[in-house]
Parts: sequence; C-alpha cells; structure tokens
Amino acid sequence: MPKPNDKQLQMILEDMVIARTQAGRLWNLQRQGQVGTIAPIDGHEAAIVGAVHALETESDWVLPQYREPLGLRRYGTEVLDTFMLYNLGHPAGGHIPEPIKVAPSQISLGASIPHAVGLAWGMSLKDEPGVVLVFFGDGASSEGDFYEAGNLAGVLKAPVILFCINNQWAISTPTHLQTAADSFSSKAEAFGIPGVTVDGNDPAAVYEAVFNARKRAASGKGPTLIEATVYRLGAHTTADDPTRYVPSDDLSAAQEKDPVHTLIQELKTRGLWSDAKQNEVETAALERLDEAFERAKNTPLEPNSMMDHCFVSETPRQLRQRSSLMDSVGNTNE
Amino acid sequence: MSNKVSELSMLEAINETLHSEMTRDERIVVLGEDVGRNGGVFRATEGLIEKFGERRVVDTPISEAAIAGSAVGLAMAGLVPVAEIQFLGFSYQAMHQIAGQIARLRYRTQSRFEPQITIRAPFGGGVRTPELHSDSLEAQFANIPGLKIVMPSTAADAKGLLTSAIRDPDPVLFLEPLRGYRGIRDLVPDEEHVVPLGQANLIKKGDDVVIISWSYQVELSKRVAESLEGEGISAAVLDLRSIVPLDIEAITEIVSHCGRAVVVQEAPETGGFASEIIATINDECFWSLEAPVARVSGFDVPYPVGMLENLYVPDETRIRSAVLKTIESG
Repeated sequence: MPKPNDKQLQMILEDMVIARTQAGRLWNLQRQGQVGTIAPIDGHEAAIVGAVHALETESDWVLPQYREPLGLRRYGTEVLDTFMLYNLGHPAGGHIPEPIKVAPSQISLGASIPHAVGLAWGMSLKDEPGVVLVFFGDGASSEGDFYEAGNLAGVLKAPVILFCINNQWAISTPTHLQTAADSFSSKAEAFGIPGVTVDGNDPAAVYEAVFNARKRAASGKGPTLIEATVYRLGAHTTADDPTRYVPSDDLSAAQEKDPVHTLIQELKTRGLWSDAKQNEVETAALERLDEAFERAKNTPLEPNSMMDHCFVSETPRQLRQRSSLMDSVGNTNE
Repeated sequence: MSNKVSELSMLEAINETLHSEMTRDERIVVLGEDVGRNGGVFRATEGLIEKFGERRVVDTPISEAAIAGSAVGLAMAGLVPVAEIQFLGFSYQAMHQIAGQIARLRYRTQSRFEPQITIRAPFGGGVRTPELHSDSLEAQFANIPGLKIVMPSTAADAKGLLTSAIRDPDPVLFLEPLRGYRGIRDLVPDEEHVVPLGQANLIKKGDDVVIISWSYQVELSKRVAESLEGEGISAAVLDLRSIVPLDIEAITEIVSHCGRAVVVQEAPETGGFASEIIATINDECFWSLEAPVARVSGFDVPYPVGMLENLYVPDETRIRSAVLKTIESG
C-alpha cells in the first residue's frame, strides 16, 4: 500500500512544523507593516505537505492558489526565497527559478485549473513523464473555470490532479452556501473522472490519495479530483476578522483535530519525534525565514523594472512611457 | 526565393498559413470548437486534422475559458497554441483568462513562463449573423496591457501577419473580418511571407486628407478614396494592420503631411479605438492640423439585428461624407 513510511512521515511532519512556524512569523511581520497581505496556512499543513510528498519533484508540477507556498519546501528553498519577495511586493516574487516546477501564487480563484489541464495535456503531447497538481479551495470550485477545466481534463484524459482543499470557509461563506452537493469530490462524476474525499488532517491519507491519483494520471488513465477536508484554523487573510462569522464551538472542535499537533502526538508516541527535535526544527525554520526576508529586502529594485516583462519587444508607446517614468523618478530624487 | 503569387481569399490565405506554420513548427497545436473534423465553421482550419493528426488539431468542448486557459498551460509546457474562438463575441466567456491570465503571464512571472499564444477569432458585421457574432471588441482588448491585437485587411497581410503572430513570443489576438473571409481576394505570395507586427501600411498615397482604418473598413476607405480622386480630392489611406503595437510614426507622418484625418471603425463610438488614434494625433501633430479629426463609427447601441445592421456598420456614404466635411471645415 502506498502509505508513507516512518522516515517519510518524519519528513512530512518536519515540513508541517516549518510551515506552521514560518506562517506565525509572517503574520507578525504583516502586523508590523513589513510585508503585505498574508493568507495563514494554519490547519492546511497536512493536506498541502502530504500531497506534495506524494509527488515526484523532478517531473511533477504544482500550481498553487495562494495559501500553499510555505508548504512547498520539498520543491526547494528557492520557493521560500521567492515567496518572501512576493510578500514584500517585489516583482521578482513572481519568478520561481528554473528548474523548480512550481508556479507563483494565483490570486484569481480557480484560474489555474485550466492552466494545469493545459500543462498536463502539453506534457502528454510531448510524451514527457510527470503530472500536474493544482491546488484550489472549496470556494474556487464554484467558479466556471473549475467546471470547464474539469470537463476538458476528463475528455483529454490529462495527467492532472485537481486538489480541492475544503477548509469549510470561503472567507465568510460556509460550504453549505457554496454548494448543495453532498461533497466537492462528487462533482467529479460530471467530468467522468474519479472523485475522492480524504481527511485532510491526516497526511498519510492525503499522501495515499495523491499517490494513487498520480499513478493513475502517469499511466495515461486521466485525472482525479481529490477533496481534502480540513478546517481553517486562522483568519482567511491578515485582512480578515473570522470572529465575525466562525462559530467558536466549531473552531474549538477543529482545534482538537489540529493536524500539526495530532501528528506530533502520534510520532512522539511511536518514538519518531521529540520536544528537542521540535525545538530544533522551529528554531531553524525561523532562522531560515528571517534569512529569506533579509535577502528579499536586500534585493535591488530599479523603478523602471515596472516596465519590464510585459512584451519581449516594447511597443513604441511603452518605450516613451519608460522614458517619462525615468524622468519623473529623476525629478523625485532631486 | 520564388516571387510567385496566387490570388486567394482571406480565408484561403489564413488556411494556407496555418498549414505552412504547422509544417514548419512541430510545437504548434491548433485548438478550438469544430476546428478538427469540420475544418472550422468557416473552413479556416480545413485539412489540418488530416495532415497533422488529432494530437495537434483538437476539437474542444464548448468552453471558451478552458480554450484560453488551457492555452496558458500548453505554452507553459513549451508548445505553441493557436486557439480559435469561434466568434469574437464569445470571447467574453474567456475574458478572465485572456485579460486576467494570458496577457499578464509574462509580466507576473517575470518571463519564467512565455505566453507564445495566438488566439484567432472572426468578428464584424455585414453578413447577417445571429446576435453576438458581429461585435467589434478590439478597443476593449486594447485596454489590456500584454496583448497584441492584429487586424488584417487583405489576404496577403492575413498571411504575413498571421505568420508573425504565431511566431511572436507574446500573446496575439488575431481578428479576422467575417465579410473579408470570402469578400476580400488579392495576390498572396506563395512562399513564406512575413509582415512584422506594428507597421502600418500606407495603401494609398494622398495629399489632402488621410483616412485611417483597420480590418474590413480599410477596404471601404480605399473605395471612397479612389472615388474622390475623380473629384479632385487627393485622399490617402493608412491601414494600421495592428492596433497594438500601434505605428505612431506612420500616423504622425501622414497626418502631418495631409493636415486632415478621418478615422473609421466599425465598433461603437464611445471608448472606441478611433478615440485613441485622435488622442495620439493630438499628442504628436496637433499643430499640423487644418481641421478637427473626424471619426466614423458604429453607434452606441448593442450590435443590432440583421434588418438594421446595414444602417449600423459604417459604409462608403458615411465615410465619404465625413471626408468631405473635414475638407470643407478647414
């Protein structure tokens, strides 16, 4: 059975603890006015990290929505470095370097789903190995892009995994106002593809679901829709006040099932984790985040980089705008 | 190089170009509704599926957003998607992918992902289509940075510009006038023919006034200019060929020379691209003007039903009258 072994479970927990720890620091940085809006990862760690650990990083793509980047450590340290640039509002924050197969955050909900289908389709046309996993939420599943792309993926048998993290809330809208369907995974039936619901607080269960979906996709049998059910333990973003709408009893019940705490307890019981290890991982995570933050702050930024990367060849009008921008920057400096 | 030419309709020129580009570049994938077995509802993609197979010529579900959105993914995979939106009016259903994703892909990823994507779509009136099949939406797209917008007026340009569009590393919206598909015929080079994007074409020289236009309205403008010759009015005609990039230099040069200009578009007047041309003339060569620049447009109503469309679309009479008014006013 494709269960993660003990070593893998330790690595998964390490990545989950790092994500949780770094998310806490990011929240504080936002409150200090040092970075822009942040979407906390709390409660989503097992779903994200468990999924990513079932992929082959050399060949498989991950297209995130926006809550996932801190959980993608397995794809390389550059993901965090780029994410910190992104949080600062630096244009380089959109460029995760080659050859890392991770796209930058997608702010338009569900908009990456057709990209994932097209990318997976393209990879199969080129007979390249690998699959594409696209993250989106329960709210994004109400977008037309989800239905159009899911349908196309089914028709093309594209090697794609549609990974819906159902965290029960789309900002303030609960799932029963999002859909009348029994589950989000049941929507797979309309696409003619398998739909699987998995406990997103259980990284082993998530790993297994993604492992199977990956195997199916890579062998040419087509896509799978996975719904990982979790509970959003924090705010939607730093701009949100969930006490206005999240029932406190529901939140307390969800905190009892906190995926990070649950796995820590489980692995401690089995002698695979310790407080010392926990401290060591947390300390390193904070140092790493601070290092990435410092590096991001020290990354040069030219004002006229605003005009870069729109077209390969600038239009005559853009060239003039670039020059007038430089004039106004020059005047400001004087 | 052979200098041979053949007389082709614009549709035949487009079809021939798709054949030759797909032969040249194995990365090209044609996708859209009815583009495969049916060869396109106008036959623009005829013969492609037979020659290049089902993997490279793909009939998609009726999903404009998924056509545009999956083109992003195909480009990320290193392929060159040439997508068809069956009628430009239905691009509204793909607008969030075209405007929100395709146009910004290079910018938001700082060129990590390269959107070498061409979207072809027929548009424009005069052929009694059902609702939404005739709308001229170019100005709406022109306000989206990151998209090139190409609108040929001849069969030869259709070949030369489509070749450039497909080879361009940036996304290009290639808009084909419905009336021109079979209504426009001219001599098209048999061999490879490349017309760079962003170079307007002064298709008729003149000294008194210039008519500036694009796509099918160029054909009408040319007829008006020719008829005015007999009346002692020397009218130039400038075919913009693409509105993004815009050939500001060519506009400035001919407007400065003539001192009078009329801009003709099929789209509604308010917020149309003609307004952009007039603003450009104001910026570049206002003091060379001898009369206010006129524009001839559709009306500020939704594109009307068939029995009214001949009143809506600018015709030779309206263009002629605008030219004469411009001549008389200054």
